[in-house]
Amino acid sequence: MIRQLFSALSVLVLAGAVLSGCQSAPPEPEPEPEVVTPVVKPTPRPKEPEPEPPFNERGEVVDPVTRKPLSTIFYFEYDQARLAQDDIRVLAVHAQILRDYRNYSVQIEGHCDERGTREYNLALGERRWQAVRRYLISAGVRSTQIEGTSFGEERPVDPGHDESAWSKNRRAAMIYRQ
Amino acid sequence: MNAQKLSRSMCLAAVVIAATAAQALEIVIPEGWDSPTNVAVAPFGGAMPPDEPDPMASVDLAGIVAFDLTRSGQFSLLPSDNMLSYPTAPDQVYFRDWRILDMDYLVIGRAWTEASGAVSVVYHLFDVNSEREVASSRITASPEELRDIAHRIADEVYEHITGIRGAFSTKLLYVLVEDAATNSPTFHLKVADADGARSRTVFQSRDPLLSPSWAPDALRIAYVSFETGRSTIVVQNLATGEREHVAAYPGINGAPEFSPDGTKLAMSLSRDGNAEIYTLDLASRELRRITRWPTAIDTEPSWTADGMSLIFTSDRPGKPQIYRIGLERLLPERLTWEGDYNARARLLPNGRHLVYVHRRERVYHIAWQDLERGTVRVLTQTSLDESPSLSPNGAMMIYATQDLGRGILAVVSIDNGFRYLLPEAAGDVREPAWSPFIDVLSGGR
Repeated sequence: MIRQLFSALSVLVLAGAVLSGCQSAPPEPEPEPEVVTPVVKPTPRPKEPEPEPPFNERGEVVDPVTRKPLSTIFYFEYDQARLAQDDIRVLAVHAQILRDYRNYSVQIEGHCDERGTREYNLALGERRWQAVRRYLISAGVRSTQIEGTSFGEERPVDPGHDESAWSKNRRAAMIYRQ
Repeated sequence: MNAQKLSRSMCLAAVVIAATAAQALEIVIPEGWDSPTNVAVAPFGGAMPPDEPDPMASVDLAGIVAFDLTRSGQFSLLPSDNMLSYPTAPDQVYFRDWRILDMDYLVIGRAWTEASGAVSVVYHLFDVNSEREVASSRITASPEELRDIAHRIADEVYEHITGIRGAFSTKLLYVLVEDAATNSPTFHLKVADADGARSRTVFQSRDPLLSPSWAPDALRIAYVSFETGRSTIVVQNLATGEREHVAAYPGINGAPEFSPDGTKLAMSLSRDGNAEIYTLDLASRELRRITRWPTAIDTEPSWTADGMSLIFTSDRPGKPQIYRIGLERLLPERLTWEGDYNARARLLPNGRHLVYVHRRERVYHIAWQDLERGTVRVLTQTSLDESPSLSPNGAMMIYATQDLGRGILAVVSIDNGFRYLLPEAAGDVREPAWSPFIDVLSGGR
């Protein structure tokens, strides 16, 4: 029974991985590190009666516990929309903030590097911001708190034409709004 | 990269024309391009009364005709400095003068101003070897249409010699980005003559513009604009400037392409969760979903000439490949099998050959494929080559590439690899779309 439950769960996780664009089609041979996302409960944090808003004086979003600025940009591999493990840990904190402050919402932008066609990249950028959205929703954020758009390869942060520029441009960027 | 050797005559032809068209053109002649047809276009004469303005003072008709023929890659043009005589009427032609120079064809002409203020041009095309006039025509238009007259003459000469309709009277649509490497770029949607002349901005935005596409009547265009903060599809009337947002669904609205009859747009929308191909009937606004593959990106649709099928890009096999889908049965069929990135395909007018963006050894080229034999050949050798678009006669292909980090447009002959770069004063140029055949002159064809 437990084993059955386990295999059912792993199917769910796999399905989630496929849906979140980790691997766009089954025949890809490359083994994927399993993304342990939707079912993980974020570590419970002490609930203060009136928590300080999770922003510092410069308006940056901060970790509610450490008060250190929290990354809002998540980078991707070439032609991929899979979230990195480190980014998932950061997103778990964002998810907690968005659960604790339901009056806040986020705008997510999906971006690509210049390689490949512009329209394909428009769709790839969509896949990237949707991967962030799917994680946040699986972690309890309301869909009404999340908006997003793809800019494809149209808004590079680095206009260069080498891997150093490309790796900065393959990103999803999150902006908080009240 | 092909050897960039410039043959003497070609170099001179380019220089002669550059002086008149006030633009430089870099021409790359591939190895093996050695024996094209030799053509001479003698400077056109004028027959104006002394007090009449010379219609050719501003436009070098013979120069434009020669420039058009040069760019097709199928002719070697004789520089006017090397000519032994300058006939402007048939009775002034001595074929011996042209046979000595090894010419196959000779074009002569003259222009004058009519009493109405219109301009008339007469040209004659001679076969030097048979000493016969092959064609002759008189074209009358307004003085502002002198360039159009020259392109028309080039079209007719090209068709008489090759048997293929000329496409020099066509237009180009493209995106020019000013200050591309800064935080505040400006995007210009531009229309220009096929030789790059007379460019004008038809829409301008601080937000990205992409994927411009012509309606078959060449009077309307469609493109993607981010002016609302996200992608929407706009149809714009070129004559009136009137614009309409025809697709602004949640998610991406991209890759618009007019159907051959101009009544529909094919596009890629993610309104149902992921990028799928749809067609939109422009009159009824009825939207029809064509593809259903919930994990794949389906985008970049283009129509077959009969309007019965779409060619599109899909990454359903894991990496993007080209598919074809019939609009009745909706059964997709994969067309490309070489390489791990094949995208944005366009069919040649013959319906048998396909061009598309093809990644080989991590470099993006434009490839050509024979759908019947399955053979694939790389047409362009530069890097980051994108956005192939075909001239309506299928002879030439324009595409976007990069030169020293700057976006530029290049044109290549499908048959012989002859290539040239289109000049652009400043900024990044990208996303070219070659217009359908256009009959711009009031007189008709």
